[in-house]
Amino acid sequence: MTHYLLSVHGAADRGEYGDYGSKEAMEAAFAATGAFNDQLHADGYWVFAGGLQPATTATVVDGQGETPVVTDGPYLETKEIIGGFWIIDAPDLDVALKLAAEGSKACQGKVEVRPFEGVV
Amino acid sequence: MSEAAAVERVFREEYGRLIASLVRRFGDIDVAEEAAGEALLTALEKWPASGVPPNPGGWLTTTATNRAIDRLRREKQRDAKHRAALMYDDDSPNEDTGPIEDDRLRLLFTCCHPALAPEARIALTLRLLGGLTVAEIAQAFLVPETTMAQRITRAKKKISAAHVPYRVPEAADLPLRLDGVLAVLFLVFNEGYLASGDGDPVRADLTGEAVRLARILRQLLPDEPEAAGLLGLLLLTEARRMARVRNGQLVPLGEQDRTAWDRVLIAEGHALVRECLVVNRPGRYQILAAINAVHTDAPSAQDTDWSQIVALYDQLIRLDPSPIVELNRAVAVAELDGPSVGLALIDRLPLTGYHAWQATRADLLRRLGRTAEAKEAYAAAINATQNTAERAYLSRKRGELV
Repeated sequence: MTHYLLSVHGAADRGEYGDYGSKEAMEAAFAATGAFNDQLHADGYWVFAGGLQPATTATVVDGQGETPVVTDGPYLETKEIIGGFWIIDAPDLDVALKLAAEGSKACQGKVEVRPFEGVV
Repeated sequence: MSEAAAVERVFREEYGRLIASLVRRFGDIDVAEEAAGEALLTALEKWPASGVPPNPGGWLTTTATNRAIDRLRREKQRDAKHRAALMYDDDSPNEDTGPIEDDRLRLLFTCCHPALAPEARIALTLRLLGGLTVAEIAQAFLVPETTMAQRITRAKKKISAAHVPYRVPEAADLPLRLDGVLAVLFLVFNEGYLASGDGDPVRADLTGEAVRLARILRQLLPDEPEAAGLLGLLLLTEARRMARVRNGQLVPLGEQDRTAWDRVLIAEGHALVRECLVVNRPGRYQILAAINAVHTDAPSAQDTDWSQIVALYDQLIRLDPSPIVELNRAVAVAELDGPSVGLALIDRLPLTGYHAWQATRADLLRRLGRTAEAKEAYAAAINATQNTAERAYLSRKRGELV
């Protein structure tokens, strides 16, 4: 089994309903995502998942020097950012891609699939 | 043929099967390639004296497997990856391999996996299943050898790190995934049939390799009519290869010496098309094969059943409404209804940068006597291709216009 990060990419600028155009669309996506999460648990793929606050709430810390340097804002100023993610444990990439497609449909966003090198 | 060349020929023929079985056994492409390389060295050392063994493939597999096991034992303390790979070192049947049991097919689906970049899929397929060297593949696609080596290394690393499975997809996913494999083989063939660079205009090594892999695919997936369709299409196209270039110039279908066509390949291609008709589950490659069956059925260009060809293109457009298909249909329409009708269809296609669009347009303008415009279109077509035989043909046609 391999651990995969499924990260959801969406617009950095969020509107009133987050990444969604209307209240109804947002609620429908939340409900579908909840059902997808339940399925991940039931099928044994679930490791961890979460939604993130907007990129404006991010802080970058560079601790490579003697004193850490703290900077406001995301590391990369981009139009698209990671809005949330799942970490799953799946037997191979085909399974991970299939789950990513289901997750993408549920949350209505593009999902990047990336394997972990190791998990401690 | 020298003894070393004879050994290498056998090695290339057996390479895909050898690598595929080693990948299945050891679960790692690098381990498989190293072991295959060592088996080749051993063969080069032993076969000239002892003769090629009766079952060279079996000999190579046994030798490579033993080499891989030796190496993994030696290195198992040093390298975590090889240690992990050693876990595959047993003879137990492999797990869930999908509906068909063939190592090469499994590896072909891995090489053509949609998670890999399209150019990497082609390169990996030629490297691992075709047994071409990295240098040969780099030459075929006109990129520096280091670039091609990086492309292949990166794809192999992704296969291993992301756990791209060695598995034929399940029946439900097969049609979609098979499309990817067919597309790779068709691209390899096309690159050989009309090379994109200014080197050899036709690359028989690439067309031959694509035909060989299409044969394997067809043999391994006898119930998939598109696999039969692709093989039929490639055979009926390959059959005309010898007539395609004369004195360094491309010869269009209508002007080819049909006695130079390979009748054995044509007969085989026609049989495949008939078989597809009986199955009656048409697809893109089957229709293209049928179109080529009509061409190869005609004793001369004038005797070609153009209405049948237009009807087949109509069917193809319903499945694949791309401007390239529209262009090819327009060529057939021009034969049936005259060049002005064909030209009207072509002029509305968004293909101005495409050499075949310019060349077709030039030909129709020439036939309509619109000489000045034809000259311009020939010049644009010449600019849009690097293929020396195509440029030579187009230059001659332009020169003949007064």
